[in-house]
Amino acid sequence: MTKSPFTKSVPGFTQEEVVSKIGFCEQLKGGVIMDVVNDEQARIAEDAGACAVMALERVPADIRKHGGVARASDPTMIEAIQKTVSIPVMAKVRIGHFVEAQMLEAMEVDCIDESEVLTPADEQFQIDKRVFKTPFVCGCRDLGEALRRIHEGAAMIRTKGEAGTGNVVEAVRHMRALMSEIRALRGMDAQHLEKRAVELRVPFDLVAWVAENQKLPVPNFSAGGVATPADAALMMQLGAEAVFVGSGIFKSGNPVQRAKAIVRAVTHFRDPKVLIEVSKGLGEPMVGIDIHVMPANERYAGRGV
Amino acid sequence: MDASAPIVGVLALQGDFEDHAESLRRQGLCTREVRSARDLVGIAAIVLPGGESTTMLKLLDVEGLWAPLGRALQSGMPVMATCAGLILLAQHVENPSQRSYGILPVTVVRNGYGRQLHSGTFALRSDVLPKGTTGTFIRAPKITRVGPGCEVLAWRDGDPVLVQQGNVLAACFHPELEERHPVTERFAAMVRANGAGGTAMGGCVGGCG
Repeated sequence: MTKSPFTKSVPGFTQEEVVSKIGFCEQLKGGVIMDVVNDEQARIAEDAGACAVMALERVPADIRKHGGVARASDPTMIEAIQKTVSIPVMAKVRIGHFVEAQMLEAMEVDCIDESEVLTPADEQFQIDKRVFKTPFVCGCRDLGEALRRIHEGAAMIRTKGEAGTGNVVEAVRHMRALMSEIRALRGMDAQHLEKRAVELRVPFDLVAWVAENQKLPVPNFSAGGVATPADAALMMQLGAEAVFVGSGIFKSGNPVQRAKAIVRAVTHFRDPKVLIEVSKGLGEPMVGIDIHVMPANERYAGRGV
Repeated sequence: MDASAPIVGVLALQGDFEDHAESLRRQGLCTREVRSARDLVGIAAIVLPGGESTTMLKLLDVEGLWAPLGRALQSGMPVMATCAGLILLAQHVENPSQRSYGILPVTVVRNGYGRQLHSGTFALRSDVLPKGTTGTFIRAPKITRVGPGCEVLAWRDGDPVLVQQGNVLAACFHPELEERHPVTERFAAMVRANGAGGTAMGGCVGGCG
């Protein structure tokens, strides 16, 4: 492939992948991606201004409640959603379950989320995302996880947060960790960058790219516990470029109004006046869970390698 | 940077508006993110970026921006629209049909080249762009009809993908994903030729100290 001097280069990505895979994710910036479990919810999400929907059988709050093994969704449901909306449709696969990913790619899902919300299928390896033409999004808790996922081919990174809790504290923790680790790379010489690359278990070039550009080479979104317009704006001010909302919308008292409010909050995330306006009379938010009383084995964010 | 340099407004409701702003600043232009009607005051040109057109339509309404933006688009100032931006300008939108400003006499089919799996970089055929120019199409709209008065500047296979009418330039693909692209350069030249429409009011973001 001929390399244009005018395209940004990202270690490990071809020029074509930079513009088409990462370029797809760039189009979602400033938007809200909403979890939906059927075509009716997908329609509501699109009408409220979602920039994409995430099709899954149960939102994380219900996965928590019902327990058992959570897997990729029934293709029938995903197809029904694809037929219903004109915005991008994403879907989740289990960590390491590349066959579920092959199926989603064959169904022409626009983006695949290799997600810790589902029960991991592989405790040693995540999916080799480079062999897919479909862009992948993966969760992270810190810079090491983010860069390992990007090295595997993820075209978009999101914080893991703690999905299905309605509690934004973990998403904040993960975004702050990521951003401060990026800042800490500034000005490091090659020897120190080499050391960081070894610690983070990723190639030197990737760490050097982040040190120089002071951001991830792919869009950096937030997910996991966002329940209010203020939560969404908080994540944007902390550095997120778009927001995933899972259980927060359809587990609330007034999904239509809350969905619209969060969409507006993400566009005007620095404008408290707009945030006040959209936060009025939203009805009941989803009931949240205090992370500190949650047993370690019920936390999803530790899943993945 | 010249303090009287023209300010290009970039619609910043949703989408890759930052890439657009960055690529224009690389051309030496000032940019300003447009999120409300007051942001339109004093701009000399405007960009409608890629993103989701349905999301932008909703936000244009709730922000009270639909009519003011419409007046700006029809004021004769240079306009560049890509992907979702083109959909907002088209006279007719299909798959599904939706509201648009209708100032560009074209019919577009949303996602006309298929879902993301069919996205990619394709060769362009053009008499005005340098030989070898490519365009990255992402769930791109397809132009199926071009009305009189609208000039086709580039084709992908047999389809028109870059059109211009007067000062309005619109592409199905994403020049802003490249650090430099002939389409961005063409637009920057249009902005300069048009002069600094209004630069006295409001500030610009980045790039022009």
